[in-house]
Amino acid sequence: MQVEIKNLRIAFENRGTRFEAVRGISLSLGREKLGIVGESGSGKSLTARALMKLLTKNAQVTADRLTLDDIDLLKASEKEMRAIRGKRVGFILQDPKYSLNPVKTIGKQIAEAWREHKGGSRKELRDATLDLLEQVKIRDPKKVFDSYPHEISGGMGQRAMIAMMLAPDPELLIADEPTSALDATVQADILRLIDDLVERRGMGLILISHDLPLVSHFCDRVAVMYMGQIMEEMAASDLLQAKHPYTQGLLNCMPSLLHPKARLPVLVRDEAWLKELRT
Amino acid sequence: MNGAGEKPMIEVSDLKIAFGPHVIVKGANFTVAPRESFGIVGESGSGKSTVLRAMAGLNEVWDGAIRFDGVEAPRKRPAEFFRQVQMVFQDPFGSLHPRQTIDRILSEILLVHRIGDIDGRINRALADVALPQSVRFRYPHQLSGGQRQRVAIARALIAEPKILLLDEPTSALDVSVQAEVLNLLADLREQRGLTYVMVSHNLAVIAHLCNRLGVMQGGEMVEQLSVEDLRAGRIAHPHTRELRELSVSLEEV
Repeated sequence: MQVEIKNLRIAFENRGTRFEAVRGISLSLGREKLGIVGESGSGKSLTARALMKLLTKNAQVTADRLTLDDIDLLKASEKEMRAIRGKRVGFILQDPKYSLNPVKTIGKQIAEAWREHKGGSRKELRDATLDLLEQVKIRDPKKVFDSYPHEISGGMGQRAMIAMMLAPDPELLIADEPTSALDATVQADILRLIDDLVERRGMGLILISHDLPLVSHFCDRVAVMYMGQIMEEMAASDLLQAKHPYTQGLLNCMPSLLHPKARLPVLVRDEAWLKELRT
Repeated sequence: MNGAGEKPMIEVSDLKIAFGPHVIVKGANFTVAPRESFGIVGESGSGKSTVLRAMAGLNEVWDGAIRFDGVEAPRKRPAEFFRQVQMVFQDPFGSLHPRQTIDRILSEILLVHRIGDIDGRINRALADVALPQSVRFRYPHQLSGGQRQRVAIARALIAEPKILLLDEPTSALDVSVQAEVLNLLADLREQRGLTYVMVSHNLAVIAHLCNRLGVMQGGEMVEQLSVEDLRAGRIAHPHTRELRELSVSLEEV
């Protein structure tokens, strides 16, 4: 699977004023792990949603190129998109509390995803679901199978979401802040799990987060976004040598356990960051 | 480390909290000296926020004793209590009334406590948290997350309390905004001689703002140590070690 984004722009119009939230970004992604990092409002989630065509109707999306292999996503119909969403591209959202159906058991929801894409008898569905739950390292799959979302923890819920996304064997996984609603320890577990599954299944991964060091830990490449533009793109291992003042600023303003700072440096935003890319 | 000889500002002894059959906090003991900042870390469900909420008087079902400035706090807190102790919550979206202007939000506390010079105090409170005066007649949804958290801090400080209870005050914010809010909290503590108790799951944030911390696991405070000891890895309990290692591994790129 090859994703190509060239000069993607997303704008919203509200009472006559037009606001461009994503301002001409270009990215390409193959079978690798790409991290998109930025602050809230930088356009990182919109970019991911544009790939799945999950934006609201009032969003105006334009691009020189927005393709998934040879499918032009800008022209793809709803029917074509349905064959992509879930099946070829899995999408994991931030908070399992809101993405799981509260009145259906976990097992039923995962089985539904499996049946939708692969079919099978009741017995096969159950076995496949239990197998998926085991793959996402849930200790007691049978118990979780019969549990409702409110009966399990946030970390467990996110594991169930991941199991659901894996059911149709997608080629690409988009994880939009998959762990920001979770505890620090659970967060690391979930990311390790995603990392492991992506490696083992040979999937591509787009990991969206506001946490720069975290992303660089789990990705091959990192794109840093600010105000709808990509400031800098680099190998994750080069993060500490980041050249752009915005990236450096983001790294510096974090408190550190090993290197105490009397006062946290504050990020000074420069108008010029936006102008230099406009040309 | 308990502020050598000084009378503690906060004393929590044998605090036990149970909701029905579920024991959430199995006995927490700690003291905080005046002008000290005490951090509480732990995973979700460890009981850290429950301890803080009991201290703030938001939960009346607890056993043990909580003393502020030597005075034992009753289950039901009198109004004067909140002139001494105030709380800042995690989510500035949820903690500010959506249909009230910032002016109304800030004046409410002054009206409740019959504090005069409302106009002047609000102006000063906004200036103290580095918000422009233009914010005063806006609604919360017209502000950014960082500005909203500043309003929440201004509201907590407007009645001039001595103690601030902070429940994950920066975890809903971007790191750049988090830096500004942490600097602001450090400055205010310095200027006003405040005492903080801060709950967070982020060890680096706790280490930055606090001098001492307690680690909670499964309803128990399993270890208390100074931030210097935490940074240097002089740790007694395995859970503290686990949390530290995780935090350090994410810092090293």
